[in-house]
Amino acid sequence: MNYCVEVVTKQGCRDTRTDDLKGQIELLGIPGVDSVDIADRYYLTGSISAEDLGRLTDSLLADNIVETATSFPLGEDTGADGAHSYTVDVVLHPGVTDSPAESLLAGITEIGLAGVKQVATGHRYTLSGQGLTRTDTARIASELLANEVIQSFHINEPGRSPFAAPEAAATGAESISLTGLGRTQLAALSNERRLSLDGDEMEAIQAYFDGKGRAATDVELETLAQTWSEHCVHKTFRALITYTGPPPGAHEPIETTTVDSILDEHIRAATETVAKPWVKSAFVDDAGIVALDDTTDLAFKVETHNHPSALEPFGGANTGVGGVVRDVIGVSARPIANTDILCFGPVDTTFEELPEGVHHPKRIASGVIAGIEDYGNKMGIPTVNGAVIYDPGYTANPLVFCGCLGALPAGSHPTEPQTGDRIVVLGGRTGRDGLRGATFSSMESDHTTSELSGSAVQIGHPIHEKQTLEAIIAARDERLYNAITDCGAGGLSSSVGEMAEDLGAIVHLERVPLKYPGLAPWEIWLSEAQERMVIAVPEDNVARVGEIAAALDVEMTVLGTFTGDGVLRIEHNEATVGEIECDFLHNGLPRQRLTAKWEPPPRQETDLEPPPDATETLLGLLTDPNIRSKEEIVRRYDHEVQGGTVVKPFAGAAQIGPSDAAVVTPIRRHEGTTPGAALAVGVNPAYGAIDPYRMAWAAVDEAIRNVVAVGADPDRISILDNFSWGNPRLPDRLGSLVRCTQGCHDAAVAYGTPFISGKDSLNNEYTGVDGRKHTIPGTLVISSLGIVPDISRTVTSDLKNAGNHLFLIGTTGPHLGGSALAEHLGFDGGDAPEPVQALHGYRALHHAIASGLVVACHDVSEGGIAVAVAEMAIGGARGLAIDLPDPDLDALSACFSESLGRLLVEVSPQHAAEFAAAMGKYPTTRLGVTTDDQHIRINGSNGSAFIDTTVAAVTTAWRGDGTA
Amino acid sequence: MKPQAIILHASGTNRDQDVAWALELAGAKPAIVHMNAINDGTHSLLDYQMLVLPGGFSYGDDLGAGKLWAIALRNRLGADLEAFVDRGSPVLGICNGFQALVKSGLLPAYGGSSDQQATLTRNESGKFECRWVALDPAGNSFWTNALDPIYCPVAHGEGRFVAEAATLDEIESQGMVAFRYRVGSVAYPADPNGSANHIAGITNPAGNVLGMMPHPENHIVAAQHPQSRTGPTTGSGLPLFKNGVAHAALS
Repeated sequence: MNYCVEVVTKQGCRDTRTDDLKGQIELLGIPGVDSVDIADRYYLTGSISAEDLGRLTDSLLADNIVETATSFPLGEDTGADGAHSYTVDVVLHPGVTDSPAESLLAGITEIGLAGVKQVATGHRYTLSGQGLTRTDTARIASELLANEVIQSFHINEPGRSPFAAPEAAATGAESISLTGLGRTQLAALSNERRLSLDGDEMEAIQAYFDGKGRAATDVELETLAQTWSEHCVHKTFRALITYTGPPPGAHEPIETTTVDSILDEHIRAATETVAKPWVKSAFVDDAGIVALDDTTDLAFKVETHNHPSALEPFGGANTGVGGVVRDVIGVSARPIANTDILCFGPVDTTFEELPEGVHHPKRIASGVIAGIEDYGNKMGIPTVNGAVIYDPGYTANPLVFCGCLGALPAGSHPTEPQTGDRIVVLGGRTGRDGLRGATFSSMESDHTTSELSGSAVQIGHPIHEKQTLEAIIAARDERLYNAITDCGAGGLSSSVGEMAEDLGAIVHLERVPLKYPGLAPWEIWLSEAQERMVIAVPEDNVARVGEIAAALDVEMTVLGTFTGDGVLRIEHNEATVGEIECDFLHNGLPRQRLTAKWEPPPRQETDLEPPPDATETLLGLLTDPNIRSKEEIVRRYDHEVQGGTVVKPFAGAAQIGPSDAAVVTPIRRHEGTTPGAALAVGVNPAYGAIDPYRMAWAAVDEAIRNVVAVGADPDRISILDNFSWGNPRLPDRLGSLVRCTQGCHDAAVAYGTPFISGKDSLNNEYTGVDGRKHTIPGTLVISSLGIVPDISRTVTSDLKNAGNHLFLIGTTGPHLGGSALAEHLGFDGGDAPEPVQALHGYRALHHAIASGLVVACHDVSEGGIAVAVAEMAIGGARGLAIDLPDPDLDALSACFSESLGRLLVEVSPQHAAEFAAAMGKYPTTRLGVTTDDQHIRINGSNGSAFIDTTVAAVTTAWRGDGTA
Repeated sequence: MKPQAIILHASGTNRDQDVAWALELAGAKPAIVHMNAINDGTHSLLDYQMLVLPGGFSYGDDLGAGKLWAIALRNRLGADLEAFVDRGSPVLGICNGFQALVKSGLLPAYGGSSDQQATLTRNESGKFECRWVALDPAGNSFWTNALDPIYCPVAHGEGRFVAEAATLDEIESQGMVAFRYRVGSVAYPADPNGSANHIAGITNPAGNVLGMMPHPENHIVAAQHPQSRTGPTTGSGLPLFKNGVAHAALS
């Protein structure tokens, strides 16, 4: 028998969720909704007495101070009548992670009730209004209330059972003969099973099984497809590329060269060239590892979760965070900070402009932010740094980069599984969620993707991951395992496959604890069910790991054994369902040969006639979504948990000024010197449209500059590269990627900054119903990790005192190409900022900061000097009066140019001379003074005010009404 | 001898170690103990002199913040917990711990009742809020004895203190308000959640059980202060823990 318990807000109490929903309905352009009510619904099935149902309802489900609950047999309720009032019932599809339902079951056990077999949760929305129609209601339901990838909705109906009919136990593996199939038939097979393998790859697999004289199984084909996916193996970055374009950094001559893997030649080569002794692990483990000090190492990783976030923004971003956190746990580290860089379409995009099948940018942004908030906050990891970029190029393909920093005792990460070690899985149960995610994220998308690949999308369960983390850390400290990896894309097939690369393994799929019966062997093997870690445990330690896990409410499974025979053998109920030599699995992939072409885009440099009013321009720029305060997003992330956040996302007494970087420390020490880690990003896709080489330089320089600005040592900075690009089989897309990695190499070498990890997400292309292809601007995100030797010697961006000197370090040139100003006013600004060699300047600045000469420091980037001084004034609630740096440069360029290598530095009068001397040969200009008159004055070369405004005016422009 | 403090870890609590550091600096010997270990009899609450329920998302807060933890506390620790409270030992619930104390009826618990008398529900802004707030101490318990105002962060989505008018009168008239958000002419965001009477924390009538939404454990050293370079040289949250530990040492 099915029951429903409905919980509603009491009369006279306010449900704050409804305000937000009403606002969103208005933004959809649907008038006439007068009231919205939200009821939480809990569905139960089993043999439940009326008394038990009452007890369950009273003690578990309603907060009696503000809510009331009613229970009834399911179906005895009625929907609204449709006369100006509509009910919308929303439930999750069976099998989608429903953590409130899990919690309710735990609660039912806690209070000692028997008889409840299954529970599910959902919501009933009641919308009322004179003009409201059923069509409007359906639109509200599909645009705002339910995402049909993971949920279903019903209008004006009695409650329906959300439970699926029980499934029969699964049968074994399917045999698929490849013998005799031609290329076309192989391609059709790849397409039908969504293997995302090309002709050469399918032929290599065909030859392998022909050689063995047998058909393949579905388990084997799916394993190969996941392992060989772009997502897992980075085929493009390892490909042999014929590149036609000018030499790195130059515009001519156009010549054709061969690049023998951009990963090896451009990225890894830079790390090898700079050869830093404090790099502990680069490009080998789940995350890069560097030393913080003699006793502590730091692990850093940034991942993308673009494709899932486009389909199901909350779940996509949620599991994006969960995934990168697992990467850090996967190097035996405790996560200590999260970062996120988000790229969305403009929030004012009209529904007419939106390609069919694409969620509105506002919906994507709101879901993504909620997903990040949910996972990071619940795991107790401070989210401390990031960026948000709005551009029409991201409307059909939003980008979500999730980063995680972890800390571990130096040298405590074991990486060598041994023959005989047990394969132990810790964490959540396995369901049919997240099937074929690795191949899905390696494909282009269109309006049918949500139907075909909906099962690739999942919802996370941060509490499971938090408890799994605690179990792993305890096992690490007792040295109970020999190797560890996370279960991510490709599920067990990837994680066990990778760990078994040198040894081989036997696994028994029937041992995997399932969320529900009916999974075929390949589904168990590929499922990307979240919150699972795999460790290699000597037999003698298995029992102890089991004790640790049980004490923390974590489930443990001994899945199999590392055999030492070099074969990956997969069994299900004692039948062999897959048997592949590890050598073929990991080395049998034919190398790709790709063609790439880049040429400088045609230039249409235009003049600005008449020149705009500079003060109005500054105020306009400060309201630009890409520049204005992100406080309304950032305050939803807990940035204080763990107590180690020393430089916070916002600076100044009122904590409203922007910080260039965050500084966190994992070391809890109340005396003496404590080192910390500075985290920042550099990203500017607008430069890439002009020259990806310069974009890379700018991103590397900005990422370094930002951490130097808060006190990091420029000789202790490591960086991560994340590339989100279009289809690499299109020569122009790949050409710009090659040009970009050239810039990455040259900039990293120039700054002596090693890449320690990275990731690429390609095929960010969406084909609309009209056949129009939407690609993204090639987007490089550089994330920096800088060591701050002493957290008491950090600096923030807010102006500290009136009467101080304001210095500019670095040189300002006419660099308006791709600038915020050019974007804002809609003109071609010419060249993107040219590479500079600023390392000696950053070293000098660091020395000045470490010596206590600097009271405030701020990076000059988007919007140039004008925006940077405004931001310093906002944070410090103080004014300033400055002259423009270069009398020969036109005033507009001087104010808004985005030349690299520049920072603004506030210094007290008594330290001004010492500071100028400390900067040595690096260009250092005293621009003016800070004031207590709340005015911002920037004087032109003739001495008259070029920009004249107030701190209040720039603060209002940048923060909006300040209710964030 | 240092007082022994037990920090209860429920699956999903996450400021356990933050509190452990605060208790160490305040002179206690903290132990983080999972609810399961209390259940299996390896640890007894009554062996400790102080109890802290830390912040986090116990069991995901899926049935309402702190709800399931409150039920588990009553179910598994009920008698020991009442004995611990009755003998006057200090109990501190922060954020999720406060929510659990309120939903289990351990706070405000006036009139000898063990029913839930108040709640902490969704913030008025409709959003999770992480920001620093100024807290004015009130009441006459040992917790706030000679305590200066505390500046520390909040980080919660369900922190709005709500109770019926009669309950609020009891809480106010019996001096059970321990902390209020210091607000100027505009309440938000100084009061980040829209609590009744700007209440940030309350005690039980006896004063030994304190619950509060803000996180004094995240301001126990100067480096945690947002203006640590120019601001105060000590953490203003630490004296609260010292008060609790000093009281624990008496028992």
